[in-house]
Amino acid sequence: MSKVMPLISANCGKIRPDSVEEYINVGGFEGLKKALKMEPTQIIDEIKNAKLLGRGGAAYPVGSKWQQLYNIEESPKYIVCNADEGEPGTFKDKLLLEKDPLRIIEGMIIAGYVFNSQDGYIYIRGEYEAIQKGFQSAIDNAVENGYLGNNILGTDYCYNLHIMTGAGAYVCGENSALLNSIEGKAGRPRVKPPHLAEVGLFGMPTLVNNVESFANISTIISIGAEKYLSYGTPESGGTKLVCLSGQVVNPGVYEVPFGVTLRDIIYDSELGGGIKDGKNLKFFHLGGQSGPCGSLSQLDTTYCYKALRANGLNVGSGAVVVMDESVCVIDYLKYVTEFFIHESCGKCTPCREGNKQLYAILDKFTKGEATSGDYILLKRISDVMAKASFCGLGQAAATAFNTCLKNFRSEFDAHLRGKCPAGVCFTKQERGE
Amino acid sequence: MNDGLKKEQILGIIEKKNGEKEQILSILMEIQKESGKNYVDKEWARIVADELGIPLTKVYDVLTFYAMFSTEPRGKYVIEVCNSAPCHVVNGSAVVQMFEEELGIKMGETTADGLFTLQYVPCFGACDIGPAVKIGEKVYGNLTKEKVTELLNSYREVSTCQK
Ligand SMILES: Cc1cc2nc3c(=O)[nH]c(=O)nc-3n(C[C@H](O)[C@H](O)[C@H](O)COP(=O)(O)O)c2cc1C
Ligand code: SF4
Ligand code: FES
Repeated sequence: MSKVMPLISANCGKIRPDSVEEYINVGGFEGLKKALKMEPTQIIDEIKNAKLLGRGGAAYPVGSKWQQLYNIEESPKYIVCNADEGEPGTFKDKLLLEKDPLRIIEGMIIAGYVFNSQDGYIYIRGEYEAIQKGFQSAIDNAVENGYLGNNILGTDYCYNLHIMTGAGAYVCGENSALLNSIEGKAGRPRVKPPHLAEVGLFGMPTLVNNVESFANISTIISIGAEKYLSYGTPESGGTKLVCLSGQVVNPGVYEVPFGVTLRDIIYDSELGGGIKDGKNLKFFHLGGQSGPCGSLSQLDTTYCYKALRANGLNVGSGAVVVMDESVCVIDYLKYVTEFFIHESCGKCTPCREGNKQLYAILDKFTKGEATSGDYILLKRISDVMAKASFCGLGQAAATAFNTCLKNFRSEFDAHLRGKCPAGVCFTKQERGE
Repeated sequence: MNDGLKKEQILGIIEKKNGEKEQILSILMEIQKESGKNYVDKEWARIVADELGIPLTKVYDVLTFYAMFSTEPRGKYVIEVCNSAPCHVVNGSAVVQMFEEELGIKMGETTADGLFTLQYVPCFGACDIGPAVKIGEKVYGNLTKEKVTELLNSYREVSTCQK
């Protein structure tokens, strides 16, 4: 069996991305045509049965999210696509945005139809400026061909899509911060509840889903939930785009069916192809910087929501960053933590100060100045961050550290004794060279 | 006063976005791009505030919150070097040194001719071709010493042609 399964990435690189004609030639808009003949509740049921879990990182069931919004009577309702993709090591939404924008648009039209929305917004990070232009061109062509705008495909349904730009803020990927940013404000997270399904964009009921989540919708409707589910494992439906980076032979985006193993992803010749320069794997970082780090002993874990979670890992955004033996775990963690210091919005203390303190102590380890008392401090800081931070950023910022301490305690201990096993930390003099 | 943008240009940018408050990010991004010095001047921020009918402090809240904005002039080309962990492990730090040596400036500085600013940024989704830098809309990956030299020369050339 092939370890790759191009389902939602099948068109990438094969068609002119903004061409409606070429998109239709490869089966595009079949899902939408079918959806327009279905009742909204039937569409929601299909998505529920497909067991599609949100692909933005939090893995919330998409069908349930749609059901909750459907149950709310207030209108207008807004559709929002989260294309802020800021997790370092993640570039799968970029592939879809760049190479198959009409698939995302189709998913957003189906969502619009279900909730009878007049307006949908896609928030694309500012760093993807060039991609925003291509996406706009795809929207324009969809309007021209009657898939967007007034009286879509001869029905009396009208719907418009708008592109909004980010301007460099990872926290705007958090869905309530995202809505603030679309409203033209600084992107600080909102208090929840009320949930966005009740009070969302411009105070109205709102759906926020990830790019890859929307990209799955038309496929689920056109091939049916049962077929879709059969590609994955019983509880993780379909496929996942994984992003391989770091010291792996074939970095890039790959679509895999849930059910392959981490070993497959990193070593299979169709996928990662093993470790660069004939070196050995040391650890891997899953789901973005806010995700867990795993060790060699976890390599045979099945890549699906359930098995990963049972092993203290998770799918997250789909990032798989691969590190060989030349990388120092603590040095790596410093870069992770630096990212969160930079991206913390500063609204709450546990995250704003916690990340800085975490960094300061990790820095002591890499300079050979740490003492065993620092373990107690590290634990306390990471606990407070996880429990008391206002939003997901601070809550998850110490995840990588926690999993590394668990899996690589001996490497921390070695630094206490003035030794960096990877030979990255300390000056040459201290290493006795 | 600054030499970059004229009031009419700013009004034009705002008009293109129908003067909508929600478009403030997009408006400021365009102003920054058109400025030639990759920044948003206080005078221009004031025009934006007046036209959109919001307080200047709100414009500054946005300008200072989002990392892509600068309120100080920068080089014509801002070389944004990724310093996130996935690029770091594939030799990202070495790339910083190459740029620093080639340009004769340190990270965060601007060359004397005002052509280049060197700056750290977090991941911009080019991790599969790391170590990577971004200049404007363009992304350059798998950088080596030769590529860095070549890259800078190409920007220097374009710039002399335009003079
Ligand atoms: C700090 C932070 C950053 C996030 N960044 C993103 C992002 O870039 N893209 C994304 O789709 N979701 C991101 N999320 C998750 C969103 O809040 C939200 O769960 C998601 O957009 C919902 O879509 P889904 O259910 O389809 O995954 C982020 C969450 C947090 C806390
Ligand atoms: S945890 Fe607090 S400081 Fe950190 S990003 Fe969220 S709201 Fe801002
Ligand atoms: S980590 Fe450098 S571009 Fe993603």
